[in-house]
Formats: sequence, C-alpha cells, structure tokens
Amino acid sequence: MFMSSDIATPGTTPERHIVQPGDAQHPIVLSTEDLHVFYGDKEALSEGDLKFARNQITALIGASGSGKSTFLRSLNRMNDRIATVKGRIMYRGVDINQPDIDVYEMRRRIGMVFQRPNPFAKSIYDNIAFALRLRGITAKNKLDEIVETSLRQAALWDQVKDELDKSALALSGGQAQRLCIARAIAVKPDVLLLDEPASALDPVSTSQLEDTLLKLKQHYTIIIVTHNMQQAARISEYTAFFNQGRVLEYDTTSQIFTNPQVQVTSDYVSGNFG
Amino acid sequence: MNSKVQNKIAIGVLYGIAGLVVLILLALVGYILVSGLPKVSWHFLTTPAKAFLKGGGIGIQLFNSFYLLILAMLISFPIALGAAIYLYEYAKDNWVTNLVRTAIEILSSLPSVVVGLFGFLFFVVKLRLGFSILSGAFALTFFNLPLLTRSIEDSLHTIDDKQREGGLALGLSRWETVTRVILPAAVPSILTGVILSAGRVFGEAAALIYTAGQSAPALNFMDWNPFNISSPLNPMRPAETLAVHIWKINSEGIMPDAKAISSGSSAVLVIAILLFNLAARYLGKRLYKRLTSA
Amino acid sequence: MTKSPEQLEQELKRRSKAAKLEIWGRVVSFSALILIVAVVVAIIGFVASKGLATFTTNHVNLWDFLSGKNWNPSLTDAHGKPEVGALSMIVGSFLITVLSAIVATPFAIGTAVFMNEISPNRGAKILQPVTELLVGIPSVVYGFIGLSVVVPFTRSVFGGSGFGILSGTCVLFVMILPTVTSMSADALRAVPRYYREASLALGATQWQTIYKVVLRAATPGLMTAVVFGMARAFGEALAVQMVIGNAALMPQSLVDPAATLTSVLTTGIGNTVMGSLQNNALWSLALVLLLMSLVFNLIIRLIGRKGRLQ
Ligand SMILES: Nc1ncnc2c1ncn2[C@@H]1O[C@H](COP(=O)(O)OP(=O)(O)OP(=O)(O)O)[C@@H](O)[C@H]1O
Ligand SMILES: [Mg+2]
Repeated sequence: MFMSSDIATPGTTPERHIVQPGDAQHPIVLSTEDLHVFYGDKEALSEGDLKFARNQITALIGASGSGKSTFLRSLNRMNDRIATVKGRIMYRGVDINQPDIDVYEMRRRIGMVFQRPNPFAKSIYDNIAFALRLRGITAKNKLDEIVETSLRQAALWDQVKDELDKSALALSGGQAQRLCIARAIAVKPDVLLLDEPASALDPVSTSQLEDTLLKLKQHYTIIIVTHNMQQAARISEYTAFFNQGRVLEYDTTSQIFTNPQVQVTSDYVSGNFG
Repeated sequence: MNSKVQNKIAIGVLYGIAGLVVLILLALVGYILVSGLPKVSWHFLTTPAKAFLKGGGIGIQLFNSFYLLILAMLISFPIALGAAIYLYEYAKDNWVTNLVRTAIEILSSLPSVVVGLFGFLFFVVKLRLGFSILSGAFALTFFNLPLLTRSIEDSLHTIDDKQREGGLALGLSRWETVTRVILPAAVPSILTGVILSAGRVFGEAAALIYTAGQSAPALNFMDWNPFNISSPLNPMRPAETLAVHIWKINSEGIMPDAKAISSGSSAVLVIAILLFNLAARYLGKRLYKRLTSA
Repeated sequence: MTKSPEQLEQELKRRSKAAKLEIWGRVVSFSALILIVAVVVAIIGFVASKGLATFTTNHVNLWDFLSGKNWNPSLTDAHGKPEVGALSMIVGSFLITVLSAIVATPFAIGTAVFMNEISPNRGAKILQPVTELLVGIPSVVYGFIGLSVVVPFTRSVFGGSGFGILSGTCVLFVMILPTVTSMSADALRAVPRYYREASLALGATQWQTIYKVVLRAATPGLMTAVVFGMARAFGEALAVQMVIGNAALMPQSLVDPAATLTSVLTTGIGNTVMGSLQNNALWSLALVLLLMSLVFNLIIRLIGRKGRLQ
C-alpha cells in the first residue's frame, strides 16, 4: 500500500527509504517540498521533505544536532527571525512559506509546545484565557467553557479545577507542560508540533503526557520530536529518522523499529550509533 | 620579603582601607541625620520658607519636589518603556542600533548642568515656557530617560526567551507577546528600577535651577484647579525643589537660619532616598512573590 | 466540511489583528527610541551652536579661549579684545577631577577587594547595600556638608577662606567613592571563581591571588569604574560650586579660591543676557563640558573594547 522511493543498488541496503503516509481517512495535512534551512551560510537541513497524515502522531527521531528542531520550528515559521527557510511548506494545499502569509493566523492553526514547560507568569486560568481574549473572545461563560475543555483534553482539569487562580509558575513540571498543551489547544489549532515535550519530566508525568497525546490524536495532527525511542514506539504511527540534516528513513513506526531498511537507522534504533 | 608576611600585611591594609571607607560613609550619613533630624518637625515639613526671617519651613519645596518627580516620571516612563522594548525586542544587532545605543550612553553621561542649560535654552527661552514646573519636568525627563531605558531593558533581559516563544507559538504577535506576557512578568524588576531612578530624580538640582527656577511662590493648597496661578497643580508656575532650595539658601546667604534649614532639608532628602531604596527592594520582592505563588 | 485551498489561502493571507498590532507596536516603540535620539542630537546641536557663536559671531580666537588666563567677558584687554580665557577653569576642572580620582581609587578598589575577596559575607550584607544607597545621595547634600564641615576645617588648618581646590577635591572624593566602589565590586565579581581557585591551588597566597590574578583580570572593569567616577566629578556642578570659591583665577595653591567650568556656568548663566558675548562665552564653557563628557564616554568604550579583545 505504500509507495516507497528507495535509492539503492540491489543487494545493499538503501541510502534512504521514504514512504508516503496516510490513507483515505488520514489525508495529508502538512507536507514540505524542497525544504532547505540555513543558519547564516550553514545549511542545517537539506533533504528533509516529509508528509504528515491527519489525526496521526508522527515522531521525529535522530541524534542530537541532526536537525529535528530545525525542521519542526520551520513548519510554523518559528525560525523566521533566526534562519533562512527555503522551499514550500504545504498546509492543506496552501504554501505557508510565502512572505504574504499572516504568520499569526497560521501559527494559531499550527501550534507548538516546547521542550521546557514555559507557562506564563499568570494564573492557570489566564494562561489559557488571555490569548483567547486577545482574539476577541471575551464572554466569561465562553472562556470558562474553553478553559475547562482544554484542561480536560490535556488531562489537567481534575488536578487544578479548584485553583484556577493560582499562579501557573507554582505548578509541577509535568502539570506545567500539560498546561502548555492546554494553552496550545485552546486556540483550536489543527496541527500540534511538540519538541521533546517530555524530556524535562519524570517517568510518571511522561506517561501521563503520552496518554494525553494519544487522546488528542482524535482531534489534531501531531508531530513530536523525541529522543526517547520507546516513547516514539508507544505513541506514534509514523517515524522519521533524521541524520545530519537529512531524513534518511520515514516509515510506519513498527517498520522503523522492527525492520529498518537503512543501515544508519538500524544502527540508531538498536543503539549501535556513533 | 616572605610571601606569608606580605600576605598578612596586605590583608591588614585592606582591612584598614575598608574600615576607613565605612567610617567616612557612616560619618557622612551620621552627620546628615544627627545635625538634620532635630530640625525636622511637622511644622518644618509643612510651612513655606521665609526669606529674611528665621523659622521657615520647606513645605512648598517638598511638594514641588514630589510634583516634579511625578510629572517627570509620567513623561519619561512611557518613552523609556517604548525605547527599551524596541531596543531589546526588535532591534537587529547592526550599526544603526549601535549608534542609537551610543547616543543613549552619551545622554546618560552628560553632566546634568548641560542638560539643565539645554532645558533652559529650549523650553524656558525658545518655547517660552518660562521657569516652570513643565520646563523642569522636561529637563528631568532627559536626565532620567537613559537610565530608565537601560534599567527596563535589563528587566526585559531577565525574562526567559522561552516565554517569548510561548507567546509567538500561540499566534500572538511579538508586540502582544511583549505587552501581555513579558511586561507583566517583568513588572517587579521594572518597578524596582523605576523607584531607584525616582530617587535620583528627586535629589537632582543642577538640571532644575535654570528650568524649574529658584523661587517658590506661595501656593493655595485649597485650590486644585491647575489653571489658577496659585494652584499647587499649575504646571506653569516656577517651582524651587528641596534640592535646589539647599543650594539656593547656601549660595545666597540671606536667610539667617540657612544652615539649620539646610541640615533639616538634607536629612529629609536622604531619608526620602533611603525610603525609595527600601521601597524598591521590598515592593520588587513582594510583587515577585505574588506573581509566582498562589 | 473542508475548505478549498483557495478559500484557506485567502483566510491565511488576510491581515490579522495581530499583524496590525505588530506594526502599530513597532511604530510606537520605534518612535520612542527616535525621540531619545532626537533629544541627544538636539542637546549637542543647540549647545554646539551656542558655544561656537563665541568664535563665529564674536570672533574670539579659539586659542585665546583655550589658553587665555583672564576670564572677564564684560571687559576688554589692552588690545581691545574681550577677556575670555578659559584656561583657569579648565585647569580647575581637571585638577579637582584628577585629584579626587587619585584619592578615591585606592579607597574604592581596596574596599571593593575587601567586600568581594576578603570578607564576602560582610561585604554582601553591609557594605554593598550601604554603598549602593550612598550612590543615590544628592550632590547638593555633598555640597552642603562640604560647606559646613570641609570648608571650615580647611580654613582652620590652612588659613585663608577655606574655599578652593582642596575642599572641592574632598567633596568630590566622598561623592564619587560609593560609585567607584560599587562599580569596582561589580568588576571583581565578574572574574570567574575558578581563576582564584586555580591560583590558590598552585600555592599562591590570598594576596598574590588578588594582586596577580583577580585585579589583573578585572583591570578593564576597574579602569571603567575610575573613568566613570572622573566623568561624574568633571561634570558635577553644584557640590563643587558651593565649596570652590568661584574665583576664575589660575589656581596658585590648593587652598586659594578657584573655579571650574561647571561652577562658573552655574553662577554665571543667570546673570548674562542671551546672545551677548558674556552669555556666549558661558555656552562655550558648556560646550567644553559636553565635549569632555564625550571624551570620557569614548575612553570607557575603548577600555571596554580592549577588555573584550583580551
Ligand atoms: N539558532 C541557531 N543558529 C545556528 N545554528 C543552529 C541554530 N540552531 C541549531 N543550529 C544548528 O543546526 C543543526 C541542527 O540543530 P537542531 O537543533 O535542529 O538539532 P536537533 O536534532 O533538534 O538536536 P537536539 O536533539 O539536540 O535538540 C545543529 O548543527 C545546530 O548546531
Ligand atoms: Mg532539538
């Protein structure tokens, strides 16, 4: 069912192995075409084109410095001020890497959660509500409703429902990260980008976060960078392996972890890397 | 010489120097307070000054000092805030930015007489504002702007970049992120900076003698209509401040109890600065706690 | 219901409220910045045009101004030229600046070393807050204390009026001491801990460590502190004016009345008529002050640059 685009001579393992994800129920929402990212003169991402299927979780793995964050941050143009991003980023048929795209509206649809939880110095309630107010939603009951649904979706509601006025800076790391997710989904995005969201969390918080993501999958298209291969295996449908600014292998997660086609991927997932 | 002995001697000398400095500084503060505090009374703080007679107070000067301070702060804070936001959040690191920073540094290192003289030339003479609260407030603004800008910029610097990314990732513009996320978080530290700069402005005299003037006409404290000439709020009246008063009565020498009045005024000034300092530390800490806890 | 790509593209290209606010914010904050720059340019421009008028409109020779010893702008000398020699005030200004910096530097650096290296506890708890507080004491207060303590003291020891360079130096010394101390302490604090540890581990005594390692590493910062103090001393007006005696004569000794640029300016500007030679000559003094503050600024920058290069 997959079209694969192996570049290989018979008898050896291919140098790259990229499949086309998605199907009728999971059409492609986001894809990159001919994407190149430069920091100054230095090209940090060359062959990194990927497609992402709706309501699926895609994991990006690879060694440190391989370009995962660079790729992810290019998707909603968080890198605009830092890097030069060339190529097309197609979101539902629209190239969002055009200069006249309104990045603010685009980022509302393609949200992002970062490695270290970054709750704002506001109350828990306001962390979620304030961006909504700025977008013109001011009715108290409407705000209350969105705050509650977002916190429920992020699996945080039961823990904080009685202390919504408390400063968000007083939350634990895991709670804070889920608040950041709640904050991101409160503006009703379509795609959710997460850059190592669990790397600062303890095992219990991590597994809660993973449960949260698995539930969120019904509503959002999720792309997650992770260093934790078990995590990628547990939650994602697809996995892309990055190496030195290139995607070397992109396939279903089970394929990547059980039957990698590219030698470097195989070394990496089996821990023989480097 | 044995290096151990040398070490002992050197450290002894350093103890001596530090002790001497502490002694000088304590003597300074001690002298101000001991000679000044006995003069300070409610009467002293509230009655107008007298020119040729004993027993005048500093009521009007004290009021003028605060009024000018507030006006200067009201004018300089928004400007400094805007400039600091641009410099820290928007400006690219290039030669233009460098030039602007140099300009601000120059302004902060200008002697305050020069700032005062410019105020005299421009506001008092050119714009015909005369010796007035308004001229003085502008001069103080110029004096205050570079420091306040720098201090707000430092405050912005204390807020993690992750907070900025968080705002941008929600689809907020940089401006919304700065005004709604970064500034509220930086309030404790900005406030500390503002109060400290207020202390400096409060004691400034050289920038004022030729702008706000050296006379303190009688005020009618029942009349709060800023358009009336004797109203304390009238921004067009000349207004000698406390710091200018100290200088004035000492260089004029027509007041019989100039020395006593100066001692009292100095004590009041120093205590005011002390209070500004303590308030800055206390309020900064308090607000920070409020922000980070329940 | 899914939208067509065209519809979506249109939505994504419509300028959002955020985008409009962004432009507004940029414009507003940039204007504030430009306003400050305009103020700086205006100050320099106005003072320069006024200060140069002495030479352009009144045709005073620049060299006569800088090297002349007689300051009496309302009189003319034997050749019919106005007496606008500013040398005595320039010398006065430099003299008290240099003298007060010479006295203050060892005290300030010594104290900074004490509070940072020898007794950090007491330093942080007592000395640092006290010096920071004293930085904020208004200069008129220093002037008043100079007038009521230092001048009588000088008078009783050296005779004469008590007003003069010596009294001015004393006042400025105490005035810049907290500033220089506090900045020196910052400079020492910026020296990484491991410098000291490495030196001590090599068997150096504490003094050797301080002298050979810490002070050396902090040199640019300490120099900046001292130059900063000098700039403050040079530009101080009222405190100096109150104790120096305000006699625009070449200083013959440290205890005779003298004058500085700032003291003549503060006393003179109110007593002259705008546009007259007397007035223009005073603005020329202001211009010298301004230029000197630019020079101090430049020196601080050069020190900073050199410090970075090391
Ligand atoms: N702001 C930047 N300026 C210059 N180079 C950068 C910048 N950010 C990343 N790089 C470089 O780009 C390359 C890819 O970095 P990136 O952060 O995307 O890697 P990563 O796969 O996310 O690594 P990690 O797992 O450590 O987060 C690296 O060589 C890195 O040094
Ligand atoms: Mg990364």
